[in-house]
Amino acid sequence: MMPDGGIVFWILSVVILVSGLMVVSLRNIFHCALFLIVCLFSVAGIFVLLNAEFLAAAQVLIYVGAVAILIIFAVMLTSNLASERIRMTSENAAVAFVACAFFAIGSVALLSKTTVWKYSTVALTTDNVSAIGKYLMTQFMLPFEVVSVLLLAALIGAIVIARKERP
Amino acid sequence: MFYYLALAAILFAIGMFGVITRRNTIGILMSLELMFNAANINFVTFNKYVAAEALVGQMFALFIIVVAAAEAVVGLAIVLLIYRRWRGIGTDNISIMKW
Repeated sequence: MMPDGGIVFWILSVVILVSGLMVVSLRNIFHCALFLIVCLFSVAGIFVLLNAEFLAAAQVLIYVGAVAILIIFAVMLTSNLASERIRMTSENAAVAFVACAFFAIGSVALLSKTTVWKYSTVALTTDNVSAIGKYLMTQFMLPFEVVSVLLLAALIGAIVIARKERP
Repeated sequence: MFYYLALAAILFAIGMFGVITRRNTIGILMSLELMFNAANINFVTFNKYVAAEALVGQMFALFIIVVAAAEAVVGLAIVLLIYRRWRGIGTDNISIMKW
């Protein structure tokens, strides 16, 4: 049995998992940030396979365009540590690896045995840009406004936290 | 559907591993982004296969992306402040709030 998307799905998931492993295991934090961009791009590809084109565009714009650039800025502002030889992982990495591998294997095994999902009979709408726009103005009006206030608060908070103290 | 959920679970485990083992605050934030993405893949998968009548899963994933962006902004501002204060962003430096 092949997943939806076939070979494209396999390529994207291999890219996601390998780059994700690079993000958590490389020593140079700048290379980690670059691999994070690769990983986020591939997740956008997965969204396209799942008929969520608007979400894929938002992922590329917000994550790749804004968050990843922000992280790279932070890496550059804070470091000399891009070159520095310091220990990047703590000493309990082996234990953490065993625990996380156990979590991953356990949840995948559980998923492969789970059959309780009631699959939808209708197909997902292909016109998801206008559908999302409609939702934002009707059913999700309040969360939409609240999230704009949250963004404003985050903006002001970041400025207040990160500015230099007055002499 | 199983393959997408399995991909999300493994990605979440990778992110969790990063959060536990990183000694660098920016590294922890990057691993957190991986975990957010795993959750988003789950939402969109369930939206397509189990709840296709409405786009609620995609809406939720959209809000998660926005909140993750806000979280990254504030988190990196705190990282900059820590760097200015201690000249380093290792988690070993930030033990002042430990009791």
